[in-house]
Amino acid sequence: MNRSTSSRWGLRVLGLGYIAVLLIAPLILLFYKTFEEGLAPPFEAITSGDGLHALKLTLLTVAIAVPLNTIFGVICSLLLVRHKWKGNWLIDAVINLPFAISPVVIGLSLFLLYGRNGWFEPGLAEDGIKVLFSTPGIVLACIFVSVPFVVRETVPVLQEIGTEQEQAAETLGANGWQIFWRVTLPAIRWGVAYGVVLCTARVLGEFGAVSVVSGNISGETQTLPLFVEKNYENFNLPGAFGAAVLLALLALVVLMAMNLLKREEAA
Amino acid sequence: MGISVEGANKCFGDFQALDDVSIEVPDGSLTALLGPSGSGKSTLLRAIAGLETLDAGRVLIDGEDVSRTPTQKREVGFVFQHYAAFKHMTVYENVGFGLKIRKWKKDKIRARVDELLNLVQLPGLADRYPSQLSGGQRQRMALARALAVQPQVLLLDEPFGALDAKVRKDLRTWLRNLHEEMNVTTIFVTHDQEEAMDVAGQLVVMNQGRVEQSGSADDLYEKPANEFVMSFVGEVNRLGDNFVRPHDIEIVRDRDDSTEEAMVQRIVALGFEIRVELVLGDGTEVWAQLTRGELQRLELQEGQIAYLRPVQAKSFNGAPPSDTSGASTPQGSADGGDAEVSAAV
Repeated sequence: MNRSTSSRWGLRVLGLGYIAVLLIAPLILLFYKTFEEGLAPPFEAITSGDGLHALKLTLLTVAIAVPLNTIFGVICSLLLVRHKWKGNWLIDAVINLPFAISPVVIGLSLFLLYGRNGWFEPGLAEDGIKVLFSTPGIVLACIFVSVPFVVRETVPVLQEIGTEQEQAAETLGANGWQIFWRVTLPAIRWGVAYGVVLCTARVLGEFGAVSVVSGNISGETQTLPLFVEKNYENFNLPGAFGAAVLLALLALVVLMAMNLLKREEAA
Repeated sequence: MGISVEGANKCFGDFQALDDVSIEVPDGSLTALLGPSGSGKSTLLRAIAGLETLDAGRVLIDGEDVSRTPTQKREVGFVFQHYAAFKHMTVYENVGFGLKIRKWKKDKIRARVDELLNLVQLPGLADRYPSQLSGGQRQRMALARALAVQPQVLLLDEPFGALDAKVRKDLRTWLRNLHEEMNVTTIFVTHDQEEAMDVAGQLVVMNQGRVEQSGSADDLYEKPANEFVMSFVGEVNRLGDNFVRPHDIEIVRDRDDSTEEAMVQRIVALGFEIRVELVLGDGTEVWAQLTRGELQRLELQEGQIAYLRPVQAKSFNGAPPSDTSGASTPQGSADGGDAEVSAAV
């Protein structure tokens, strides 16, 4: 073994060791702890009324927030890349805000907007719409924190494909709508798909912002991450671990979807 | 369908890409827009297609003003330097794209695409993806795609620019034959004068956003309107205010009134052609093009003194082309400026 291969192996061991200690070990321990006394306790905890409700609420939030952010993200990317405009840097900076700001702060700012004496509160109250401590608030918080993903993944792909294919379609008689559906969208589909995957993972796991606006009411405004936390605080460890494992599994499914996409793209 | 552009102007920020450009392209012709990079030739082509909007001026196709017509309604076939293939579509879907947009029936599309793939010599490759084709094949696919919708005019933007020399030459011949067969008015952009002269019947030479001269290859070579055209369409030596082509310099062994003394610096044999580099008494460097036979007859050696006589020289009154902006566009022959001077060095 010469020096360069030995140093390469050294680096590999270091990298894998880092991942093993910091990422894999806690997850294995979590699975071990959860199923220490068999499948029944965690399963019962999750299928209890509150657990099931938390799962449903989480999936509902994903079902609303992810499509909205996908549509917005694609439109926003097209604006940023295809319509050069002086104000673009501002849009670009603002879209990154949710990455930079702590989710708790985001939750608080939504509280100021929709809460008692908030800016939007009077109008909404008149119409009998309750935002805080109910599903709309949770969805809003999740949209807020996951806005950047689709944009961040789509913009570089749009820049890379350039405008020639779109111009070619134009000379062949396609209108703007046809160009988007038949040329642009198929060309950027992997970028958008990555964005959707990351966005989904984030919405599934969002805790901070949701915990501020939802009120964390069991069986009503409790998402899965909140359910984990509440059970943990109440020393209901089977419930906490069971829900945690469920969340981890959902996230794994999402990540596997991403890897499949990557393989598809490479083919 | 003839194409004309009248008084076209286009700026990108401070850069003037087109400066009062007017051209006439006759129906059924094959015309080359020739010029160095940044001369505005691609911008002009894109303006004809509607991919750029002009700041001022008009574009007419078949006598009809299309300046306000959007690209998708202009019925132009456009071929890009880098093919602009739809990467997620097969060759078949690429070529049939315009027909699908026009809502043709499936079996009619199938027939037309097959016909075109035969025309561009790509039969049997319908189910491949562009990434599985060579550069030359991709460009022929792009051409088939542009021709599928039976465009009124065909516009090619440096179509062979990204291909290697051998493929370029083949495609050149092939494009010329194709044009003869199809007879669609065609404009193609190139910076390669040999390519332009090889393929096109009419050439338009552009420089710094202006048309320097247009005409046949012979016109441009024999009667260049100015120094720029003369040096762009062929090799040229400068002797004072005069310009001489290297093959118009005669080298003789004995001096007389019409010759000038020069020292042979270097003799380069390029196959049949011999390149003789000389220095005049005042330090001017010139080179002459000789045949192998001429060189042997003269028995020239490097370092030797010889006498040269310009057989045919041109003078453009010393005015560089960029200073002639006030003058009318030099079209066809330019009788005003170029007095032919013989042996007046």
